[in-house]
Amino acid sequence: MKRVLSGNEAIARGAWEAGAHVAAAYPGTPSTEILEELSRFPHIYCEWSTNEKVALDVAVGAAYAGRRALAAMKHVGVNVAADSLFYASFTGAEAGLVIVSADDPAMHSSQNEQDNRRFAQFARVPCLDPADSQECKDFAIAAFDLSELFDTPVLLRTTTRTNHSSTIVELGERTERAPRREKFPRDPAKYVMIPANARKRHPLVEQRVRDIAAWAEKSPLNRMEWRDRKVGVITAGIAYQYAREVLPGASVLKLGLVHPLPQQLIRDFAAGVERLVVLEELDPVLEEAVRLLGIACEGKSIFPLCGELDPTVVRRAAAGAGLPVDRPPLTVEQLALPELPARPPVLCAGCPHRGVFQLLSKKKVPVTGDIGCYTLGLLPPLSALHTCGCMGAGIGVAHGAAKAGIRERMVAVIGDSTFYHGGLPALANVAYNRSNVLTIILDNRTTAMTGHQANPGTGITLQKQPAEVIEIEPLVRALGIHHVVTIDAYDIDALEKAYKELMSHEEPAVLVARRECALLPEIRKRWVPLEVVEEKCTGCGICFRIGCPAILKSEELDPKSHKPLALIDPDQCTGCEVCSQLCPHDAIPTRDQMRLAEEHQPGSCPTPVSGGS
Amino acid sequence: MTANKAWNFVLVGVGGQGTLLASNILAEVGLAAGFDVKKSEVHGMAQRGGSVASHVRWHPEKVHSPLVGTGEADILLSFEKLEALRFAEVLRRGGTAVVNDMAVVPVTVSSGTAVYPGDEHLVRIFASLDAELVMVPGERLAQEAGNVKAANVVLLGAVSRLLPLPEETWWECLAQRVPKKFLELNHVAFASGRAAVTTAGVRA
Repeated sequence: MKRVLSGNEAIARGAWEAGAHVAAAYPGTPSTEILEELSRFPHIYCEWSTNEKVALDVAVGAAYAGRRALAAMKHVGVNVAADSLFYASFTGAEAGLVIVSADDPAMHSSQNEQDNRRFAQFARVPCLDPADSQECKDFAIAAFDLSELFDTPVLLRTTTRTNHSSTIVELGERTERAPRREKFPRDPAKYVMIPANARKRHPLVEQRVRDIAAWAEKSPLNRMEWRDRKVGVITAGIAYQYAREVLPGASVLKLGLVHPLPQQLIRDFAAGVERLVVLEELDPVLEEAVRLLGIACEGKSIFPLCGELDPTVVRRAAAGAGLPVDRPPLTVEQLALPELPARPPVLCAGCPHRGVFQLLSKKKVPVTGDIGCYTLGLLPPLSALHTCGCMGAGIGVAHGAAKAGIRERMVAVIGDSTFYHGGLPALANVAYNRSNVLTIILDNRTTAMTGHQANPGTGITLQKQPAEVIEIEPLVRALGIHHVVTIDAYDIDALEKAYKELMSHEEPAVLVARRECALLPEIRKRWVPLEVVEEKCTGCGICFRIGCPAILKSEELDPKSHKPLALIDPDQCTGCEVCSQLCPHDAIPTRDQMRLAEEHQPGSCPTPVSGGS
Repeated sequence: MTANKAWNFVLVGVGGQGTLLASNILAEVGLAAGFDVKKSEVHGMAQRGGSVASHVRWHPEKVHSPLVGTGEADILLSFEKLEALRFAEVLRRGGTAVVNDMAVVPVTVSSGTAVYPGDEHLVRIFASLDAELVMVPGERLAQEAGNVKAANVVLLGAVSRLLPLPEETWWECLAQRVPKKFLELNHVAFASGRAAVTTAGVRA
C-alpha cells in the first residue's frame, strides 16, 4: 500500500515496522512529529522526556534491556545528549539503538546549522542520511539492523527538507521481535565505563568502525548510478535530489551510509569519471574524506557551505563551474517590486507572554532569554530580550552577569517546558551561589512553539495517560528561593506589583507568570473578541506598541490628533484584555464591562429572539 | 487522466491560514491522478504569524527535488495579497497566480513602520511576468458556503479549474481529509471557488 508520508511520519513508520518497543524524545523542530506519529501506533511505549539527554538515556536503558529503542531530537538536542551518545558508543547495547538527529540547514527554526554527520565521526557511530520519505522508512529499519549487527548505536541523520517533505512510501507490516534478553544484563566489563573497562572498549570501538567500513563496500545503502562519465557526483541525503534534478546526465555515487565510508567504492567511482564533484549540504564532510584518500575532487569551491541548498542555488553554482546543468539558470527577473513590509513571526494575539514583555520593555532592564515562543519578545515593538543561546542558557547567563558585578539587575525569562528541560539545574545554581537574578517563568501550561506537546507540568503524557503535575512553586521553594510570587499573566497590575516586590529584595527571586496558551483547543472555545469604542479612542497609539496582531489601525482618524484610531480584528482577538488594561482612555472595554453595558442598554436582550411576525 | 505534464505549485500565505491542509490535499490529488508527488513545507517558529510557503510537485515519472526553483512554478496559490508579491518570483513566465483577495496586515504595518502595498502592484508585477492573475474572494465565498474557515477549500476549487483532472478526483481526496459533518459545506466552498475562475487551464 502506498501513501504520501512526511519524512518524520516515515521514520516513525520504519521504527514501528522494525519492531521497536521504546521511543523517547524532547520536542524540537524539525524532529517533533516523529514521536507524535509513533505514539499513535500500538505495541510501542513512547514518551516526551524532560530533555534530549534523558531521552537518549531512556532509549539506551531499553536497548540494554534487549528491546529495540529510538531517541529522536533536533540537531542541537544531540549537543545536550552528547555525553550519553559517547558512552553508548563505547558500551553498545543488547538490542538495536537508533538516534535520530534532525538537522536544520537554513535555521528555519534553530540557533545554528551544525552538521551532525560530524557527531557520527566524533562518537565513532555509523550514520545514515536518507534522501526522501521512502528512504526515511527503509533507513530507520536498516539502522536497527546495523545497530544489532555491529553492537553500536546508529545515528539516523536527516535535514529539515527530508523531515518536512512528503513523498510516496510503500508501507510494510511490523516485524514483532521477542526481547533479546529476559533479565537486565550484568556485564560490568561492557556496561560499567570505569577507566579500566573503557580502556578495553576503545580499541573494540575503533575496530568496529573499520568493520562497518568494510561492510559498507557491499551495502545496498550505497549505490553507483552510471550515466555520462565526464562528470561524477558523490552525494548523499537531500543533496542527491538536487544532483538528479540539476545534473541529470551525470554519474552519481549515492551514499546512504555517510560514516564510515566505503573507501574502495569511492576509489572505483572516482576512477570511472573524468571530473569528480562532491555535492553536499553544509559541511564538506564527504569532500574531506575523499581528499584524505588522496583523490582530487571539487566541492565547496563550487557549492555554498552556509545555508540550505535548493535547485536554484545548485543550478547557479553548477553552471558557474561549467558542469552540465539541465538548463541554464534563469536570470532572476528584476520584478520592480515595491518595498514589501516584512512579516516576521510574532507573539500571537492573546499570547500570555505579551504583558510580561510589555513590562520588561517599560522597565528597560537587561533580559536574558531562552528557547521558545517567548524568544519573539525580542522583536519590535516590544524589543525586550537581549540574549538567547540555547535551551536553559538564560538563567546561567544572567547569574554570570550578576556575579561579574554589572550594575543592573538581571532578569531571566524561561518557559515552563524549557524550565523542566534545562532551567532547573541553572536555577539551583542561582539558589546555591546566591545571585539577585529575577527569574520569570512564563508558564503557559504547554510546550507551545513546537505545537502544544505535553510536559511535566501538564498532567498528561505523550500517550495520553494521566500524570503527576510537577508544580513549579514548591520545587523552586525547595531549592531555597524564598521570594516566589505567582500571578495571572493577563493581570497587568498584579504583574507590575509582583515585579516591584521581587526586585526590592537583593536575593534570588522567581516570578511565575501563569496563563494557558491562547491557542490550546479548549482555550480557543472561550475566545471573546473585544471592540474599540471609537468615541473614546484618541489614536494615542499605546495599544499599537504592544505588538498584538489583532490590533489594527482604523481608517478613521481622531478629529483632534488626526492619528488613526485603533481597530480590533474580531477574527484574531481572543479577549485577553491586556490592551484594555493599558488603554489610558478606557476605549477597549473588558468582557465584564461589555456584559454590563449590554445589560443596561435599553431594549437589548442577552439571548437572540426571533423577529416578530 | 493525461498525466504527461509535470506540475509545480507553490502555496504561500501567513502562518495559521490553512496552507498546510491545502498542500496536503493537492499532493493527494496528484497521487490519485497517477503522478509521482512530493510536497515540502515549513513548520515551527516561522508559523507564528510569519510568511509561510509550501511546495507541491507532480511529475508523470519521478520528482527529484521537493522544492520548486525560482521561476519554475506553474501555479502560485497565494492565500494573502502581500505574500503573492513576496513570492512572485517563483512563478514561471506565463504561469498563473491565484490570489485570495485578502490582506492580513503585518505588525510592521499596523505599528506604522511600513506600508501595505496596493492592489495595482499585483496587476503590474504579474503582467510583467506575462502571467495570468486570478483574484478569488476566498473568505466571502467561504462565508457564503457557511464557514469563513473554508477559504482554503475555496482556493483549491479555484486551482482545480486550471488543471485537466476530473472533478471527482478532487471530491474523493477532499472527502478523505475533511470531517464528515463539514463535507457538504466544503463541497459548496470548493464548487464556488471552481466557479469563480473563468480562465480555463494554464498556458504552456
